Amino acid sequence: MPLPRLIPCLDVADGRVVKGVRFQGLRDVGDPVELGAHYSDEGADELVFLDVRATLDGRRTLVELVERVSERLAIPFTVGGGVRSVDDALALLEAGADKVAVNSAALARPGLVSELAREVGSQAAVVAIDAEGGAVRTRAGTTATGRSALDWAREAEERGAGEILLTSIDADGTREGYDLELTATVAGAVGVPVIASGGAGDASHVAEALEVAQAALLASILHEDPARLRTLRTELRERGVELR
Amino acid sequence: MRVAICEYGAGNVRSVRLAFARLGAAETEDVLAADLAVLPGIGAARAAMAGLRERGHDAALRARFEDGRPILGICLGLQLALAGTEEDGGVPGLGLVPGRAVRLRDGRVPRIGWARVDGDAAFYFAHSYAAETPCAVSWSEGVVAEVRHGSFIGCQFHPEKSGAAGAAYLESVCRSLA
Repeated sequence: MPLPRLIPCLDVADGRVVKGVRFQGLRDVGDPVELGAHYSDEGADELVFLDVRATLDGRRTLVELVERVSERLAIPFTVGGGVRSVDDALALLEAGADKVAVNSAALARPGLVSELAREVGSQAAVVAIDAEGGAVRTRAGTTATGRSALDWAREAEERGAGEILLTSIDADGTREGYDLELTATVAGAVGVPVIASGGAGDASHVAEALEVAQAALLASILHEDPARLRTLRTELRERGVELR
Repeated sequence: MRVAICEYGAGNVRSVRLAFARLGAAETEDVLAADLAVLPGIGAARAAMAGLRERGHDAALRARFEDGRPILGICLGLQLALAGTEEDGGVPGLGLVPGRAVRLRDGRVPRIGWARVDGDAAFYFAHSYAAETPCAVSWSEGVVAEVRHGSFIGCQFHPEKSGAAGAAYLESVCRSLA
């Protein structure tokens, strides 16, 4: 198996990194390319850029951002937020993204996952799942779907998803640890890599997540302190986690 | 140095283009005359082979190979140089290198992430198929990581996405041609 991955997640809106609480009160905290380059220099294995506003007007800005990121960085990155079609995905991939993540649009029309796998390849098709109490929620967590995360992850894999980005809404932002039960359940049910997301507060949490998932997304823990990535890597190594 | 990147209409060749630009290479569209032809690796095998044929790259790459002129295949680009691949129900390749690409059987598939090559530096891999060939020269976790045959060099990892290690790899490939 490849080495466990640490993946900083940058929320972006209108071409800038933003920070907010549950998508409310977004505050500009910097340039995505500069912050991405910082994380790359500090040893990030990949990056995720999530367009949290995902408006139609913002699409062009997002594609331009992806172009700028690919000019500067030579590590893989995933882009998500508002991807509704193969054309949306192709625009991002042609601009230099390595993978696209789909969420609400795939729940509304699961065939989108099959189309993406066929047109851009499974290795570039990430299905992002937001779960609360084991059930999938859509539209940035605002709407229940009545589906279990486990069933949806299995279907996504059958349709050709190459990775599952699994966010626990219960754990997200708490910094009290990843939802290990949910992550282990989903990772045990699919054969594709799973990225654990939501809840990282310290190195022990990340180490636990990397025992059940192939990668750990880092969001809140880095937002306050982007320099934390370096110390986190050191602490993980001290705990015996082999990193790149 | 002039590099020709063989596009076949399947997405992200921008990273490969930028990686060579960072090394100071100039780009040319002339696959036959370039100092190095690069066959990038994006998308699925059947569509990629069709795209290569449409653009006449298949014939140009075969001609280059027969002339002993260097070709670098990356990821799927390596697999397309083989006699064939199991992908998409079985697709014939360019046949430059003996062997075929088979679906990965161990671990999680796609195999995505950084993995050490010959126990040394880690490179970024993202693949569901891998080469089975007598021309392998390095391995990563039992998977063929690099292939050399005649003037063909193939890497299963993505040097353009492998940070400093990847840049050093591409630089060494370019230097070996000088």
